[in-house]
Amino acid sequence: MSVRRLDPNQPDSFEFTAENKVWAEGQIKKYPDGRQASAIIALLWRAQKQVGGWLPEPAIRYIADFLDMPHMRAMEVVTFYTMFNLSPVGEHFVQLCGTTPCWLRGSDELKAVCKKVIGDERQVSSDGKLSWMEVECLGACANAPMVQVNDDFYEDLDAENFEKLLTDLREGRPVKVGPQGGRKGSEPAGQLTSLTEVGGAD
Amino acid sequence: MPKLTVDGVEVEVENGVTVLQACEEANADVPRFCYHERLSIAGNCRMCLVEIEKSPKPVASCAMPAADGMVVHTKTETVKRAREGVMEFLLINHPLDCPICDQGGECDLQDQAMAFGVDTSRFDENKRAVEDKEMGPLVKTIMTRCIHCTRCVRFVQEVAGVPEIGAIGRGEDMEITTYLEKSLTSELSGNVIDLCPVGALTSKPYAFTARPWELRKTETVDVMDAIGSAIRVDARGKEVMRVMPRLNEDVNEEWISDKTRFIWDGLKSQRLDRPYVRENGKLRVASWNEAFEAIAAKAQSTTPEKMAAIAGDLACVEGMSALKDLMASLGVMSLDCRQDGTKLNAGDRASYLFNSSIAGIEEADALLIIGSNPRTEAPVLNARIRKRWSQGGLPVGIVGEDVDLTYDTEHLGAGPQTLKEIADGSHSFARVLEVAERPMIILGQGALTRADGAAVHATALQIAEKAGAISANWNGFNVLHTAAARVGGLDLGFVPGEGGKDVAGILDAAASGDVDFVFLLGADEIDTSKLEKAFVVYQGTHGDAGAHAADVILPAATYTEKSALWVNTEGRVQMGRRAAFPPGDAREDWSIVRALSDVLGQTLPYDSLQQLRAGLFEEHPHLAQLDTVSSAASVTSGPGGSMDDAPFSSAISEFYFTNPIARASKIMADCAATYGNKEEGATGTNG
Repeated sequence: MSVRRLDPNQPDSFEFTAENKVWAEGQIKKYPDGRQASAIIALLWRAQKQVGGWLPEPAIRYIADFLDMPHMRAMEVVTFYTMFNLSPVGEHFVQLCGTTPCWLRGSDELKAVCKKVIGDERQVSSDGKLSWMEVECLGACANAPMVQVNDDFYEDLDAENFEKLLTDLREGRPVKVGPQGGRKGSEPAGQLTSLTEVGGAD
Repeated sequence: MPKLTVDGVEVEVENGVTVLQACEEANADVPRFCYHERLSIAGNCRMCLVEIEKSPKPVASCAMPAADGMVVHTKTETVKRAREGVMEFLLINHPLDCPICDQGGECDLQDQAMAFGVDTSRFDENKRAVEDKEMGPLVKTIMTRCIHCTRCVRFVQEVAGVPEIGAIGRGEDMEITTYLEKSLTSELSGNVIDLCPVGALTSKPYAFTARPWELRKTETVDVMDAIGSAIRVDARGKEVMRVMPRLNEDVNEEWISDKTRFIWDGLKSQRLDRPYVRENGKLRVASWNEAFEAIAAKAQSTTPEKMAAIAGDLACVEGMSALKDLMASLGVMSLDCRQDGTKLNAGDRASYLFNSSIAGIEEADALLIIGSNPRTEAPVLNARIRKRWSQGGLPVGIVGEDVDLTYDTEHLGAGPQTLKEIADGSHSFARVLEVAERPMIILGQGALTRADGAAVHATALQIAEKAGAISANWNGFNVLHTAAARVGGLDLGFVPGEGGKDVAGILDAAASGDVDFVFLLGADEIDTSKLEKAFVVYQGTHGDAGAHAADVILPAATYTEKSALWVNTEGRVQMGRRAAFPPGDAREDWSIVRALSDVLGQTLPYDSLQQLRAGLFEEHPHLAQLDTVSSAASVTSGPGGSMDDAPFSSAISEFYFTNPIARASKIMADCAATYGNKEEGATGTNG
């Protein structure tokens, strides 16, 4: 965690697409009358998606006005939750877990790969395809080390398959989501050690 | 009603009270930073921890409802250690810059660290540093000192009604700021300075000028608006250093407007400190005798019919009383205290008072505002309306300009046409007023200073009566004044006598030559271009419009420099006290008039303020009843006449420039440049 500030380069304006506007109004309807502000996180998330992975200042203002709430309240929410990015990210935004289990299983090596393939943390690569950031635990410790790229988890990584993954993403080649090492989900590596009768029945 | 035991003392408290309030009831001292009795409860500073039996951990008393049978301890070893722990955490990131901090000497953190903290720190890491934030020309920020109590955030949201301050980031990186560091747009923003328990938010104009222990504190009243807020004037030597609010539940609670708080530099600049006499078209410094002789020479060469007197917006009761006595002894009938031309009459007191009283706003259940913008005319009163509104069940209708009053309002119409509709019941808001048990009508000067002001007054009264707003135990007919002097002047009857002219008449007659001697008692907000032909005596404090038109200037004392009475818009008589002496030869108003009366051969029958007041109280017994209001059960209005259709406008166009002191203040000019009408801010008054 560190102090998060708005990006110095901001677009002039922001507006939901017609489709997102309809969706946003649907979200507001989930809450009682006068409680429309409760929809803020959903709307901010949608705005972030629309912009391409980050929230510019006009979008924060737009959402606050959309929900009839003070601009400052929206700013508080945006700066509180680290999932809202305040600066542009790459087309493939890599969130690299550096918390203890991943770290023990070699996340430092993945970090080195990121530095090599993409560049410095929080910097978008010159082709705009990739950027990366170290984050806290994403809850896939059984398949450590892992990264999240946009909405998908990539697990059981090592320097080799991670570099290949990044290159494939950059080149636009299809990639496999989930564990990269060949096991299914978070099953034990190798063979099942318990529940063998149930698990092996497929 | 829960009964609980605090440190062995049994207390019974109201339902819904917190443990902290119960402790206060039992005289147990509980330290706190984030808790404030007029703001919502945050419970985030943890300083108010107490021990409650059967609770496994210390409890934040400010957020814990008092329950029957609780046994609370505030002086045990556990509580002491808990407080020491909280204090150590608070001080981890708080800089040790007390010697250069303006809050030093009146800092809650400093005091409580002495009382409840430990004497050493175990923290060896680097302290956090936070960038300072811009909040406008009044509030200075040193955000490294902030302890995140969020009092300022809650104040601007709840009391001021402009939710502009917030906390960005989280945890150690939390920072208090405004959206994109924009200036606060509240007329009450200065109050966050008082609320801040540390030196994070301090007064920008007061920065590095004085220490609290050097200041002589004088409790007095404010005259910037007609509310008469309770203030404390802090002076060092001859100089007023700052103005602070004082507690008065009936009037301002503990808030004051920015104009009240930051006016003090205007007390020092543009002051009239010597008498002046105009010779060959130029004003020159003169002695008191020369000035008086010049006035006497003119007064003797004219007749009482051709003489007139106008009292300004800041005049005190004693000054107006003395001037009225002098004019009466000279036989002058043309005198007026209503320099804005308001059509209120001096006769029936209830017809020009804020009859519900300011505290009474909290009992109202419907409100109609006519031709007024309380947010600029009386910001503290507006905060009281907002307080009532936020409790729910207060529909507010506006006839006049559709302005943002910081609470929900319904704009009913712009002018008299709508008023007529409400009066004859054809408007839907008439029904709202009718079903309300305690309807309230606020009639502003914007509606009363028009040519048809008397008719508006009559129609408003008709609406009030029809809605049942005036009964034995509730009087909902309210006139909101904008000038501190107005009610006092009307109480004294400082209005035209038989055959006398009012302000407009005096000015017209002066322009045509029918009046050739005009005495201005601090009257500046009039069209002084009409006074060119007449001989003008200006008795006042600042080199403003009136002084520029004057042939003789008599320098007077401002509200911080004299003991005097003012009557606020409710009819509450309040006494101001002297915080500093007037500069140079300036004197108190009444004594100048008394000395002049001697030279004019009409010596007034008092030699001291006490004698003057004794006579005043005899003639107007209610003026002796300090700090009280009496409400009347009936209101009268003069003959109405017809209203024209022009829309109502607010009486105040530029909040920061309403009187000579404000116009002389650099701070007010800065505020106007930041917030106000940009054109006016740039025309040289801010230079």
